Amino acid sequence: MAAVVFQELEARQGGKTWNRLLRRGGAMFGLAVVLFFVLLALLAPWLAPYDPVATSWSAVRAAPSTAHLFGADELGRDVLSRIIWGARASILAGVVSVSISLALGVPIGMAAGYLGRWIDALVSRITDAMLACPFLILAIALAAFLGPSLTNAMIAIGISATPVFIRLTRAQVLAAKSEDYVEAARALGNPHLRIALRHIFPNIVAPLIVQATLAIAAAVIAEASLSFLGLGQQPPAPSWGSMLNTARNYVDQAPWMAIWPGVSIFLLVLSFNLLGDGLRDALDPRHK
Amino acid sequence: MANYLLRRLAQIVPTLFFVSVLIFGLQQLLPGDPAIALAGEERDPEAIRYLREKFHLDEPLPVRYWYWVSGVLTGDLGNSMRIQKPVTELILQKLPVTIQLASMAMVIALVIGITAGVISAVKKDTWWDYGANIFALWGLSTPNFWLGILLIMLFAVQLGWLPASGYVSPFEDLKANLSAMIMPAFVLGNAIAAVLMRHTRSAMLQVLSSDYVRTARAKGLDERVVVLKHALRNALIPVITLGALEFGTLLSGAVLTEQVFTIPGFGKLIVDAVFNRDYLVVQGVVLFTATVYITLNLLADLAYFMVNPRMRH
Repeated sequence: MAAVVFQELEARQGGKTWNRLLRRGGAMFGLAVVLFFVLLALLAPWLAPYDPVATSWSAVRAAPSTAHLFGADELGRDVLSRIIWGARASILAGVVSVSISLALGVPIGMAAGYLGRWIDALVSRITDAMLACPFLILAIALAAFLGPSLTNAMIAIGISATPVFIRLTRAQVLAAKSEDYVEAARALGNPHLRIALRHIFPNIVAPLIVQATLAIAAAVIAEASLSFLGLGQQPPAPSWGSMLNTARNYVDQAPWMAIWPGVSIFLLVLSFNLLGDGLRDALDPRHK
Repeated sequence: MANYLLRRLAQIVPTLFFVSVLIFGLQQLLPGDPAIALAGEERDPEAIRYLREKFHLDEPLPVRYWYWVSGVLTGDLGNSMRIQKPVTELILQKLPVTIQLASMAMVIALVIGITAGVISAVKKDTWWDYGANIFALWGLSTPNFWLGILLIMLFAVQLGWLPASGYVSPFEDLKANLSAMIMPAFVLGNAIAAVLMRHTRSAMLQVLSSDYVRTARAKGLDERVVVLKHALRNALIPVITLGALEFGTLLSGAVLTEQVFTIPGFGKLIVDAVFNRDYLVVQGVVLFTATVYITLNLLADLAYFMVNPRMRH
């Protein structure tokens, strides 16, 4: 009976959060744009009007027209098709790198916060050390040593963003650890692993979701930055960052090469930021 | 004060130790024989032999770490394989350029961020506030290398007002130096201005609702005096200290900005080192950055401690 009541309460709570999110115009705009880009990435083979790597000497730096809506690049490749395929690299990088950060950061942060003592001290010092290296510089160094590729860029971004999740999880666990329900679970003789996973973890998910959404925005910019520097997606595969890197050599002859990839990065990052801000307000109504 | 300083210094030692382990560990990520990888694409047998000897590659890992860290402690970060110069010398050579860029960017960020934050807080829930918040979101979501390209398109290509790239030393020609640096500094300052605007807004909102501000208003003081003299002065304490922590963003941004505007600074040094597979330079730059970041963090903490009387008791 009690379980049924709790489930109903949880469902009602989830419904309230969703309703609060629905009322936030910015968050809804963000969600819509994110979904638009996700669909673009998934349906790229059907939506892209041209092969994104096919060159055409007759279309070199062609201005936007009905044949090439966003124009063509220095090798005559269709910019719109490359933008559509490039969405894959950006979204994949955002999601995969944040998944890596979560997969590493949450268990380590939980162990540090729950077990405390020397484990906490050790983890905290390592986290401090990682946070002392600026995010992008650490990602560049890791990507440089791992070798340039989209996979390695995702690993580098994921590892560089991990300390933020370790800190957040640790702080949340420390706060939850002293709550009555955890005391009760302990008094009932539950093993530590069960308390951590079944009782504490569900109560710290909300801030982690908010942080993950905002971290995806940062990861999308980081992937674009690494690709811009030549450390991410390798040519001729399309990536918004590498498109911008090429475009800067043609700003006077083909400005459209620089405008569309930048607009795409900006829109996707802005949307994740708006969604993250909206989720934070919806999940914690005290935060305004 | 002395106790606080000693406690903070004691906390730094283990952090620096782990930073050094982390950066030493980067070498272990190199696939295959580190000597061959470190020697770069040419794989000069002489260089490989030198590296083996220098890094004691036949010794166990902890011994190798010890040799490396002893060198670092005496300021020896190794030699660049490509340029054949000590890494420390290269960093010190490039540093003034980045310091100038970062300082100009910080001034721009402080002026824009604090002004927008104050206006946003004073005119809360008006179009000014919404405008300032939109500016902050724009700043946080715009990749600075794209903003750089857009500004080059407008001010260098279309209007012809500013040079698209390049660097002139301020000692050679100050005017040329400033016109070359103003665009990159604005690009770099833009994202930090957004962060500072948010900090200023929330600090100002908090201060504006406090008792002493209400008292100042009740005394009949001019609103401008209340906001600028009474409220802003206190709101700025956390903003300035938090601003110091934006140093990381500044350096990360400098890497990209210097690349876009072809400025021969610290950021360009690491990018060039990455492409030349000059791993010792990459390691040296990361270590140097982390050390400076930790030091600035400490200084920000001390500044906060000194200007906030409540912390002293």
